[in-house]
Amino acid sequence: MSVSPEELKQRIESGIPGTSANVTGDGAHFEAIVAGPAFAGLSRIAQHKLIYDVFGTELGDRIHALSIKINPTETA
Amino acid sequence: MSESATNPMRDAIESAISENPVILFMKGTPEAPACGFSARTVAILESLDQPFAAVNILPDPAIRQELSAVSGWPTIPQLFVDGELVGGCDIVVEMHSSGELQQLLGLEGAEAAVTEARAAEPAPLAIENLL
Repeated sequence: MSVSPEELKQRIESGIPGTSANVTGDGAHFEAIVAGPAFAGLSRIAQHKLIYDVFGTELGDRIHALSIKINPTETA
Repeated sequence: MSESATNPMRDAIESAISENPVILFMKGTPEAPACGFSARTVAILESLDQPFAAVNILPDPAIRQELSAVSGWPTIPQLFVDGELVGGCDIVVEMHSSGELQQLLGLEGAEAAVTEARAAEPAPLAIENLL
């Protein structure tokens, strides 16, 4: 079952309120550039985990690989 | 702790993480990485001349399952320094670019020395050229 970048974008944005995501990818490997106040003040590990939590066990399975770049928003 | 008593794989992973100051769980081996993200992470550690232990998670699916249960991190590779999860490929790449990785590994001095050596190099050449 193929995954679209658009689906990932919508799920990140609805899963983490106030977030905007720009997702590109080929159906298996994706790159997400994500910004939002939810990431401010968190460690990199915690920032990435917020996004991993949106997808749970689909990562590494249905979503083969997701590369993440976070731009924490300074102020909400 | 009854869970760990019946889970030798998890015990083995936890001891490996605590016993090795720098340990990378990856797909494949440093010599033959089986995934681009693992390859990139290995390349960064090698570029820093950082010795590290490597565990190939591919031979047994239980390794990955237990590793992710221990670390709370779903993807591979996973780099641990001094028993703490640093992150996967994206985080290692970012921290390498910013210099935070070198700092975490205690390579600040080495980095500065390399930069100094590089900066110093052109000088003798220039003198020779003048002579």
